[in-house]
Amino acid sequence: MTDRAVAVVRAGALTTVQDLGRTGHAHLGVPRSGALDPAAVRLVNRLVGNAEEAAVLETTVDGCALRPRCAVTVAVGGAPCPVRVDGRPAAWGSAFRVAAGAVVEIGAAVRGLRSYVAFGGGIDVEPVLGSRSTDLLSGLGPEPTAEGTVLPLGADTAVPGWVDAPPWPGPPDELVLRVRLGPRDDWFTAQALRAFATRAYRVSPASNRIGLRLDGPALERAVPGELASEGMVLGAVQVPPDGLPVLFLADHPTTGGYPVVGVVREADLGAAAQAVPGTAVRFVPVR
Amino acid sequence: MSTVGPRVLRVGERALLVELGGGAETEAFHAELLRRRAAGALPAVREIVPAARSVLLDGVADPDRLAAELPGWEVGPLHARAGGTVEVPVRYDGPDLAEVAALWGVSVDEAVRIHTGTDFRVAFCGFAPGFGYLTGLDERYGVPRRATPRTAVPAGSVALAGPYTGVYPRSSPGGWQLIGTTDAVLWDVAREPAALLAPGTRVRFTAVDVTAVATARVATEGVR
Repeated sequence: MTDRAVAVVRAGALTTVQDLGRTGHAHLGVPRSGALDPAAVRLVNRLVGNAEEAAVLETTVDGCALRPRCAVTVAVGGAPCPVRVDGRPAAWGSAFRVAAGAVVEIGAAVRGLRSYVAFGGGIDVEPVLGSRSTDLLSGLGPEPTAEGTVLPLGADTAVPGWVDAPPWPGPPDELVLRVRLGPRDDWFTAQALRAFATRAYRVSPASNRIGLRLDGPALERAVPGELASEGMVLGAVQVPPDGLPVLFLADHPTTGGYPVVGVVREADLGAAAQAVPGTAVRFVPVR
Repeated sequence: MSTVGPRVLRVGERALLVELGGGAETEAFHAELLRRRAAGALPAVREIVPAARSVLLDGVADPDRLAAELPGWEVGPLHARAGGTVEVPVRYDGPDLAEVAALWGVSVDEAVRIHTGTDFRVAFCGFAPGFGYLTGLDERYGVPRRATPRTAVPAGSVALAGPYTGVYPRSSPGGWQLIGTTDAVLWDVAREPAALLAPGTRVRFTAVDVTAVATARVATEGVR
């Protein structure tokens, strides 16, 4: 076989196609979606000579195994993990060439949660509303991969001899999230806002691509009753009736009816998406 | 014409939430935003997301500046003719139609006449891609959600909740009162826009149900 495609041999817990997201359609109820750690996507794409927004694979916890049907350049980044090609160790964090039919094994994340696998030419599934991302909330884009899924690849790219890549800081032991309070911080008691800004939360195992769920002090409302549904942004910290904050990630709903106490800086969301359950989280209010 | 300033709230680094007094003001303000964007008089904004009583502007390059300008805007009245018009043919055969008619205190036929006689407008989308919240029904025709939501509402179901009418673009769980079914394609990613019922669109529902056909036949036969 000489067709430009890659077959999924082992899909792992959750391996999806992701790019930098589906923007401009929120008014139709379409979530942004896209990779949870976009800096990692940009880097692995640059390593294989792709445009930064090319579609890649996002793994979750236990990696995946892939068999390209053509010779292709591959780079793995994001959460560090062992990489093997036909059983032999290959590099994490730099580009390598894979022969047609070889099996690329992306191992379980050693630190962090989500590794990214870029192929020269990018994953070339049909875009939906301008993006190839799998959106788990609304079902847009390709299905999550399964054993036997075959993904088309774009035309091979020339590998740049030199890529300026800052060293990956790695997932933090304590996640520090800079947050701008509002728009609904006035719906909470002063005591709740103090707890939010000073106490430690922990990443809950119920977290997913829609939101990072947090265990810790429940935030008490000063304003009872219901909020009329309003537009939601990436990084919004929404507080449902149980008082436990949920940090909205890429597949978040476009509107919501629970008050948003604050919004986390976009630059901090990649680290949030790599934080394993149990990681300590602190919110630091900034202007 | 209104010059009463809306309340503008900052949302993170790049977004503004514009709070308005009510649904009508929100629809008028949303229409004003679209007019200004079409005229090139709005700074670049990635998303304009209307909701029940607010409009979110996301991906704003200079939110402080826009936040300072917005309250001074003259917002024109909502033109009845603004936006395209979509006709949605409906079989009024929903399992909750009789209950809705009872809540309204009218017969089923009268309930259908009320629904087909109303000019609707898509106020906003949410819940699922292409799920529009349509306003237009008189206040007294508001209905509660069902006490127990259904685990699967079929695609094309025409439904009521609160002041809104909506059409399920695909099968999903739902607690709205189902009054009918349409074959209209609500969501098609190959279409521009993908949503048949995009915000600002005017909508009329027309009855094509078998009951109506049967009633018409009975009427011509002179049997009442």
